[in-house]
Amino acid sequence: MPVDNIATTPGPAETTGLGERLDALESRIAELEEAQPEDKVSMVVFSGDLDRVLASFVIATGAAAMGQKVDMFFTFWGLTALKKDTQLSDKRLFQKMMGVMAPGSSKNLPASRMNYFGIGAKMLRAMMKQENVQSLEEMMQLARDLGVTFIACDMSQNVMGIRDEELIDDIEHGGVGTFLGSALTAKSSLFI
Amino acid sequence: MEMTFDKELDARGMNCPMPVVMARKEIMALEAGQILKITATDRGSIKDFQGWAKVAKDMELLDQQTVDENGTHLYIHYVKKGA
Repeated sequence: MPVDNIATTPGPAETTGLGERLDALESRIAELEEAQPEDKVSMVVFSGDLDRVLASFVIATGAAAMGQKVDMFFTFWGLTALKKDTQLSDKRLFQKMMGVMAPGSSKNLPASRMNYFGIGAKMLRAMMKQENVQSLEEMMQLARDLGVTFIACDMSQNVMGIRDEELIDDIEHGGVGTFLGSALTAKSSLFI
Repeated sequence: MEMTFDKELDARGMNCPMPVVMARKEIMALEAGQILKITATDRGSIKDFQGWAKVAKDMELLDQQTVDENGTHLYIHYVKKGA
């Protein structure tokens, strides 16, 4: 027998237990694959400021375009971006006040700086239009077209007294577990 | 150098994130292996398409060119739809 064949032909001692080692390796690989983050971006939209909500949607539409799943959780002031209507009947006093004072829809969101009773926000929208940047409402529609999921936080809806009927259609509802379930399996998560 | 392509997207005048978003919409309608040419004026689109190619599983960035057209910079991207 040629000498160099000895090293490549395994003897009986080397093959014993190989099957078990392969099984162990395969289950370890399966575990690791399960622990891999998904192609997903999770976002908390806490702010109801026009500029911040806009930034959220630029990232959301960009990520969706790049083939990522996108989950957007709207909580507290962020919920005002999802409003389409304000109802005041059968609400507690503070929740009624909140309904009157908080923005009634995405169109009424204030700017985070230099808002000056809404003039700043109007100026910002006009400047965006001049520069051929999509409006917030167009961005939101684009996000929907690209399959971005909108999730409204139940707890803040209750606190602020915002009913489901006051929010835009086709959104999901969830809580912190929903967000963490998404964020902990995502490649990136943001709080805006 | 001109490359051959199957579909063209005129993204001139579009701002971030629209060149990438509109390119995605066009790519969705393409068959695997077909090539989309995107012409943009947004200078950020060069790096945006590179970033996309880095994470993309269903597209390939074949080439990028910067062309001067009467003093305006045009950023041209060739994207191939994968399987």
